[in-house]
Amino acid sequence: MKPAPYGIMAAFRTEESYLAALRAVELAGFRRVETFTPYDVEAEEEVLRRRATPMGWIMLAAALVGGGGAFLMQWYAARAYGIDVGGRPVDSWPAFVPVTFELTVLTAALTGVAALMLLCGLPRLDHPVFSDRRFRRASQDRFFICIRADGPGFDGEGARAALVRAAPESIEEVRA
Amino acid sequence: MRPTEPTSADSLELAAPGQTLESVSRDISAIPLQRPHPRFWWLGFAVSFLGMMVLFASLAWILIKGVGVWGINIPVAWGFAIINFVWWIGIGHAGTFISAILLLLHQEWRTSINRFTEAMTLFAVACAGIYPLMHLGRPQFFFWLLPYPDTMGLWPQFRSPLVWDVFAVSTYATVSLVFWYVGLLPDLATMRDRAEGLGRRRIYGLMSLGWRGDGAHWHHYRKLYILLAGLAAPLVVSVHSIVGMDFAIAILPGWHSAIFPPYFVAGAIFSGFSMVLTLIIPLRAVYGLQGMVTARHLDLMAKVMMAMGWIVAYGYFGEFFTAWRSGVIFDRYVALNRVVGPYAPYFWALMACNIAAPQFLWSKRLRQNPISLWVVAFCVNVGMWIERFVIVITSLHRDFMPSAWGMYHATFWDYSTFLGTIGLFASLLFLFIRFLPMISMTEMRALVTAKEGKS
Repeated sequence: MKPAPYGIMAAFRTEESYLAALRAVELAGFRRVETFTPYDVEAEEEVLRRRATPMGWIMLAAALVGGGGAFLMQWYAARAYGIDVGGRPVDSWPAFVPVTFELTVLTAALTGVAALMLLCGLPRLDHPVFSDRRFRRASQDRFFICIRADGPGFDGEGARAALVRAAPESIEEVRA
Repeated sequence: MRPTEPTSADSLELAAPGQTLESVSRDISAIPLQRPHPRFWWLGFAVSFLGMMVLFASLAWILIKGVGVWGINIPVAWGFAIINFVWWIGIGHAGTFISAILLLLHQEWRTSINRFTEAMTLFAVACAGIYPLMHLGRPQFFFWLLPYPDTMGLWPQFRSPLVWDVFAVSTYATVSLVFWYVGLLPDLATMRDRAEGLGRRRIYGLMSLGWRGDGAHWHHYRKLYILLAGLAAPLVVSVHSIVGMDFAIAILPGWHSAIFPPYFVAGAIFSGFSMVLTLIIPLRAVYGLQGMVTARHLDLMAKVMMAMGWIVAYGYFGEFFTAWRSGVIFDRYVALNRVVGPYAPYFWALMACNIAAPQFLWSKRLRQNPISLWVVAFCVNVGMWIERFVIVITSLHRDFMPSAWGMYHATFWDYSTFLGTIGLFASLLFLFIRFLPMISMTEMRALVTAKEGKS
């Protein structure tokens, strides 16, 4: 018996035809649909009804931890090694603002990139779609839609038919 | 049309007509991928590389003999090291300004120049970082500036702008690098897919971290990129404000002024834009990128440069006005000493380069002529270096007590270190052009599609 494929993938030449096809595939009821585009097509997220990315919350949490930690560190340092300047308060917080700000930004930015890697499952050395000859154009000038074979209610003929109706440039099976 | 979009009365375009997804990817990626690489690249790189060797030799000599080989002494202990540090950091500001602030303001014209200017930022910050490190005198103890578990329970002095500087510059370097690399990821994937030869495909593939343009990834990526821009925007302002405070918090006449932080930020963006123009005008000519970095881009950058020039001019005025208005004789003397003192030629050169030269750009013809624009931008680069010279040297060399006055003379090693960092900067830029796409293909693709849709 033939091993189950990774999915059925169609290539489109323009953003409009790709979006139209994506809407059709979505209406046809396929739930595990992957898209590959040469740039960020924002309209796609509405069609596929993606859940909001947690990126903002992750970075906010990191910023609070980084900023809070930086401030506490300075406050602690000022007390642990107090310098009395004419009786002025030792924990002179306004002077701690710049370092607090810098470390807030630094923590948020680095955490954001780490979160991107985790959420996307990158870095990754290989992926089934890379075995498709056409896929080299996904990073250049073609828009791809892949209906995953492991989705609920997947049938190869139905998926192929749904994609063919959208008049793609080409359509092929992707090996797992 | 969005309200922030400039109403372009002129018909100048951001991308030449006829550009498609395919042509954008092909043309931009061809520059790093072509074999053999053009002769001028080798020539330019050879000269820059020589400059970099001069830097290494100078640094080695400074490490052997100590910072005394520079012309620094009391009263002028800062000298070229701090002048060059501030100059390079200032140049580094255009990158993030163009990438982050113009992104948040939906200024689409940033698209074809942001990658290059971000790279320029990174390299300028790398050059800048060398100076304070070497100026420490004992660079092996640089970690004393960082909070680390010291057995004697010592901490850095968190009230000192010099410690703020360590945090600001290192954060700026790191965040700029991250922002640049995240922006580069989809382009590295394009490079992987267009490169010939397994070796190069593997290297670009590894660098792209396996990016495949998955819609689910773009979904997170978009949010991350805009948030990074949002973080980088106040960061730009904070970095040069803190550099300004290095000066302003000292009690020295000529430095102790509340105008310094904003005036330094404007100066930084002024010098950054002038450096972008200085570099991009020859680059677009030799690589034939006029279809992507168009006359409209040059025109807009020239306008930003002029606007920043006026803010800087206001800063100069503010310095003189407060010196006079304060009635403090030391402040008044510093102002007078700048204009007619032993370093007066520097001051007048500064006025010519930073205030007079940009006024030529009022003329649309001169603004859109690459050669005249390049000359003005070059003058501003020189002028911004002189500005830091005037601020550092004339304030320090005659402060309060005439018995403590002195003169500053740069030595051979001052000049060789400066020349050397220019060599390092140029070498890094040449390597960047050689191996990475200098215009964001991803953003250009989106721009080209959006344009087609409109017409």
